[in-house]
Amino acid sequence: MARIGVFTCWCGENIARNVDVDKVAEEVAKLPHVRCSLAYKYMCSDPGQAIVRDKIREEKLHGVVVASCSPHMHLKTFRKAAELEGLNPYLVEMANIREHCSWVHHNREQATAKAIDLIRMSVAKVMRNRALQPIRVPVTKRALVIGGGVAGIQAALDIADAGHQVVLVEREPSIGGKMAGLSETFPTLDCSQCILTPRMVDVGQHPNIIMHTYSEVEAVEGYVGNFKVTVRKKARYVDVDKCTGCGACWNVCVSKKNLSEFDFGMGKRTAIYVPFPQAVPARPVIDKSACLRLTKGKCGVCEKKCAAGAINFEDEDRLITEEVGAVVVATGYKLYDIGKDQANAKLEGYGEYGYGKYKDVIDSLQFERIVSASGPTGGEIKRPSDGKEPKSVVFISCVGSRDNAKGLSYCSKICCMYNAKHTMLYKHKVHDGQAHVFYMDIRSGGKNYDEFVRRAIEQDGAHYHRGRVSKITEENGKLIVRGVDTLAGVPVTIEADMVVLASAMRPADGVEQLAQKLNVGYDEFGFLSESHPKLRPIETNAAGVFVCGACQAPKDIPESVAQASAAAGKVQVMFSHQEMTREPEIASINEQTCAACFACVRTCPYTAIEKAEIRDRNGKRIKRTARVNPGLCMGCGTCVAVCPSKSADLEGFTEQQIYAMVESLV
Amino acid sequence: MADTTTFEPKIVAYVCNWCTYLGADLAGTNRLEYPPNVRIIRLPCTGRIDFNLIIKAFEMGADTVLVSGCHPGDCHYTAGNYHARRRWMLFRELLNTLGIEQERIHFTWISAAEGKKFQQVMSEITEKARQLGPYVAYRKVCEAS
Repeated sequence: MARIGVFTCWCGENIARNVDVDKVAEEVAKLPHVRCSLAYKYMCSDPGQAIVRDKIREEKLHGVVVASCSPHMHLKTFRKAAELEGLNPYLVEMANIREHCSWVHHNREQATAKAIDLIRMSVAKVMRNRALQPIRVPVTKRALVIGGGVAGIQAALDIADAGHQVVLVEREPSIGGKMAGLSETFPTLDCSQCILTPRMVDVGQHPNIIMHTYSEVEAVEGYVGNFKVTVRKKARYVDVDKCTGCGACWNVCVSKKNLSEFDFGMGKRTAIYVPFPQAVPARPVIDKSACLRLTKGKCGVCEKKCAAGAINFEDEDRLITEEVGAVVVATGYKLYDIGKDQANAKLEGYGEYGYGKYKDVIDSLQFERIVSASGPTGGEIKRPSDGKEPKSVVFISCVGSRDNAKGLSYCSKICCMYNAKHTMLYKHKVHDGQAHVFYMDIRSGGKNYDEFVRRAIEQDGAHYHRGRVSKITEENGKLIVRGVDTLAGVPVTIEADMVVLASAMRPADGVEQLAQKLNVGYDEFGFLSESHPKLRPIETNAAGVFVCGACQAPKDIPESVAQASAAAGKVQVMFSHQEMTREPEIASINEQTCAACFACVRTCPYTAIEKAEIRDRNGKRIKRTARVNPGLCMGCGTCVAVCPSKSADLEGFTEQQIYAMVESLV
Repeated sequence: MADTTTFEPKIVAYVCNWCTYLGADLAGTNRLEYPPNVRIIRLPCTGRIDFNLIIKAFEMGADTVLVSGCHPGDCHYTAGNYHARRRWMLFRELLNTLGIEQERIHFTWISAAEGKKFQQVMSEITEKARQLGPYVAYRKVCEAS
């Protein structure tokens, strides 16, 4: 005979008004296994909890049902009270007779009957509850940061400064990301490299940061606190430890006409190269598709010139394993590459702007390189086709953004601001030039942001036309931009020397594959999904994986940095404990009855179920079985529903408990 | 047709903990009245709902069963509701074979913000259940077997 105590709450008048609580207590007392049943005005108050605790002690209760409000409100409260009295907290259940009964049913008789039913169901359930222990998992106090742009740099530095080791993985040969290539930044016009490169150096020299540049995350195993990450270090053909970064090799390289990725194709680089002079690490890589030695077996002049003997043409990709407790994803963005083949046929629009066809139609990041003092033109504004100084430049907003018909539905957020910046930078360098902007709306929310746009218009004389551009054609070396000014209600035609497209921000290539490795969700555009848009904007649904920067949504530098510091803070919270506790209401597999069909393995959204083998003491295999990894299981119970042999079950919501609840309804 | 004035249908609702259960809580907080026929069984996710549970509810005398979870794309566990939906599509075929009337089972999405929708769904399915009358046919089958 189980000994169950039922405690019915009045909740002042909230329950007692529509539910006859005394009658409920009386009726419930008649149920089998109910040892005591009483009602009290406020069960959640200190004296109310004292009643529960006293009864647990006096009646030696095996289980407790509190009939009051929603379990989302007070289940934790009553479980804690039970625990203080030595009763396992998972032997406490609630019957929701307030939100689901007294508040929504005004017929006292019917509400009272329903309350009794609800309590009967909870009693049936609690009799089958098992004492559970919170799951404790040790925490490896090392973090992985994926992406070495400004967000990744900030997150890595913050975590490292807190005294924890950080593994920073960057796909490109240098950290720095998109920000390292920007000219000046809004709304202060401070030089991007001047503020970023010192931080890059800090990362390179930090004793707690291990950098893997020119590397990618190959595989992720394990779970929160205990991830095992395989990193592919791509063949660099240069021994980073031997190399001194003297530059002898790239100065003699004969393959000089390769488009520079860092300059977005605006400049050229050699086959052995550092992407930009301030690169961290300041060590070159060899582009194996451009190197004559690697493609044709000839040349090898860099190897001869290298005094340090750092060149190794036999280099191969290497896989290394890093053990970490938390992961910060900061993979950033790319621009919508108009005119190129798109994975999604819907995104093949904007051919009418002639990007890729007319040399002087470029995108905003290319323009950044042209205005940048460290760029291919040394900061002089020269148009790509003939190197002439453009006297009229048209900037087009929302190319691909906010366009359901042929682009992406979202706003890329930063373009209004950098368009204003571009018009100013242009005017500061070409005093007799005229900048035009075609825009849909000006979105300049942010500290000193709107003032900045007004400055571009009022002080630097940019012409803003509210309207779209329909077509760009080329005539006699001029780009004819045909658009409309909807405020004036007239068509506008501008003869421009150069056109800059503010293309939409999209997540970096390959982010979906990475998200799948990490079990992080992503939206239809590929932006990673945060756990809650308001209250958990840094966390993801994969425990121990955090997001920051533009991989989550379009955002500017201050926001990316703020989010990166927030992610670092979350990591430090995790690392402040020796071990983590997790709710034990998770799935388990009866390995004796499991038929090893592995339907659960395929269904589990968290890859928390693995294929395992049971062996005898001689190592001989007895049978195969599915096995739940308690560190990964989040307790959704999808495996329970798909298991054909009924071997999977979910603690807290076991088959027995749920069936008992249904059966109690008779 | 059954006597719709005195017959009170029994309705069992299997709901997920994160969306519909909270939607029902919100209906309470906003004092949105609905018929008291429903008995809610809280599960972590609609993905947990094995369709034997639905059959079981009918066996135990339910006249109507409701399954309700998070809207597609909103699942707390990423994809549990998609599993539930797919399983439901297959299960619907099976129901015919089993002889269970499909209009006695309802499948909806109700989010934590949709207290009003919870009230509407409860009122609608209760009304529907009243019109359908007691599910005597299935109980006879149960007794016979």
